[in-house]
Amino acid sequence: MNAVEIVQVSAAWAPLGALLLLALATVATGLDGAIAARAAGHPWQQGLRLPWAETARLLRQRRRTTVAADRLLWRTAGAGLLVTALLKIVVVPLGAWTLSDMSVGLVWFNAMDILVWALVWLAGWGPNSAHSLIGGYRFLGQALSYELPLMFALTAPATAAGSLRVGDIVTAQQGLWFIVWMPVAFLVFCAALMGFSVWGPFSTPFGADIAGGVLAETSGIDRWLLLAGRWALLTAGSAFGVTLFLGGGAGPVLPAWLWVLVKTGILLAALVLLRRRLPALRPDRIAAAAWLVVLPLVLLQVLIVSVVVVGRG
Amino acid sequence: MLTDIVFWVLAVIAVAAGVAVFVVDSMARATYALAASFVAVGLSLLLMNLEFIGVITVLMMVMEMAIMAIYMIMFMGMNPALMPMNMVHSAKGALSVAVGTFAVLATGALFIPWPSRRGVTGTDLTVALGEALMGPKMLVMITVSPVLFATIVAAIVLAAPSGRYDRLGDDLRRRSATARRPEGVQR
Amino acid sequence: MTLQTVLLVAAALFSVGLYGAISQQVVVMVMMGLELMLNGVILAAAGFWWFLSPAPDGQVLLLVVITAMTVEMAMGFGVATLLHRSRDADMTDMATDLSQ
Repeated sequence: MNAVEIVQVSAAWAPLGALLLLALATVATGLDGAIAARAAGHPWQQGLRLPWAETARLLRQRRRTTVAADRLLWRTAGAGLLVTALLKIVVVPLGAWTLSDMSVGLVWFNAMDILVWALVWLAGWGPNSAHSLIGGYRFLGQALSYELPLMFALTAPATAAGSLRVGDIVTAQQGLWFIVWMPVAFLVFCAALMGFSVWGPFSTPFGADIAGGVLAETSGIDRWLLLAGRWALLTAGSAFGVTLFLGGGAGPVLPAWLWVLVKTGILLAALVLLRRRLPALRPDRIAAAAWLVVLPLVLLQVLIVSVVVVGRG
Repeated sequence: MLTDIVFWVLAVIAVAAGVAVFVVDSMARATYALAASFVAVGLSLLLMNLEFIGVITVLMMVMEMAIMAIYMIMFMGMNPALMPMNMVHSAKGALSVAVGTFAVLATGALFIPWPSRRGVTGTDLTVALGEALMGPKMLVMITVSPVLFATIVAAIVLAAPSGRYDRLGDDLRRRSATARRPEGVQR
Repeated sequence: MTLQTVLLVAAALFSVGLYGAISQQVVVMVMMGLELMLNGVILAAAGFWWFLSPAPDGQVLLLVVITAMTVEMAMGFGVATLLHRSRDADMTDMATDLSQ
């Protein structure tokens, strides 16, 4: 395991990054579809077609309009989720290459997932419909719960690496992956990752009990953008989790860039498999647990990491 | 050259969004116009190598505005689609004060002979900021921390619907304490 | 981008915010005016720092301004909630008696 030097590549490579992100998201969606198909008693191969079939169906659909909708904010928010996911992977190194090796990459990622607060709420506000707006409020409610633990979970690897630069965090893991000695931070990160992707146990803002919530009034390309945006956020978050906790491109035999993709795929698959075993969490219930149990645990984790860092000198 | 273009675009966005805050007739639009103004300023800080402060500004302000929008809607309690939002007092006076202030500030900005640049930037400003806060500028940190903590406590005291004296009586001895709404992890 | 232009933009932001803070009636809108003024302050401070004395320590001032903004928001929301709860008021004009 030799240390990889992270180099910044030209912005012309950005489309390739976007393509990889969408490809991984498609694979994850296909896996999810396959599991759903098997659970419904169909052959699982049918489910693999889900992302393509769904895309084809939605692209043919007409866009729904509602009375007195705030068109500008609604459409901006719809497209914004996908854009946010793309902006997130800008700081994720693919092996030795990264699109931006900025000195505050970690904070950049955090700032981008704050954008999701605004976007999901606006997507709920836009159509001027009660169910959508309830979905938006639900999201902000759960965002208040997951965001602070997430921030401290991100602090742990930064403290250990002594840097906010994502490249330095990867380099600091050459000997030992951070997941080994900060498991709490990793688990909290995974939970928050589902939180900002509005997915799995944190998907009540899109819940069936409020007619789809934020999705309620969308159809056609608008619906596709929201759904694809969620999967893209999940993928981008997994890629970042791999970078922060699972050693980035570190691994035997295979080249570093492939390891990043493989690890991201494994983390994504684990999340997709786990999804069906977890109940949906009510936003008002998450609040107490997040602030009274999870937050102290993460703070303790950061304290342990800090003590270790100070002890190492 | 490119820096200049980017700066001017961001400057126009910042000021235009700032004006939009008080012009648009929708609560959501007003709030998110302010957020856009902050994002533009935060990004223009990146042009001055203030990476940490710039990104933090974007992070905090988008978060604040997401919360702000909720307060707007909660307190104003009206549908902007049905009722245009126009609640101002002494608009003319305010406008003249604002224009006067701008004139004074702009005159100052343009005609004061600013000294030339001195001192050098460090290589990694984020590390330098951290070291300043934990070293020579420690006083700032130990002032800001209790102020923020006091703010959290004070804001909760102001906003909480009922305190423990409501539930437990004036001498906190009433045992049959039932909260007005369920609290804690167990609910 | 020179110091003068940065300060001009900052002055514009500050003045627009001042207009809002004086003229708006709703408490939350007044707060948005104050935020916009502080936005101008941030830009001006950054401009002074970068063009006059870009020593690393100077960034601390910006951090203080951002803290001030946070405190303003939190206390503003606290007071607004209290006002709304105790007397159903959301306008500054409804609370003028507090100044007497």
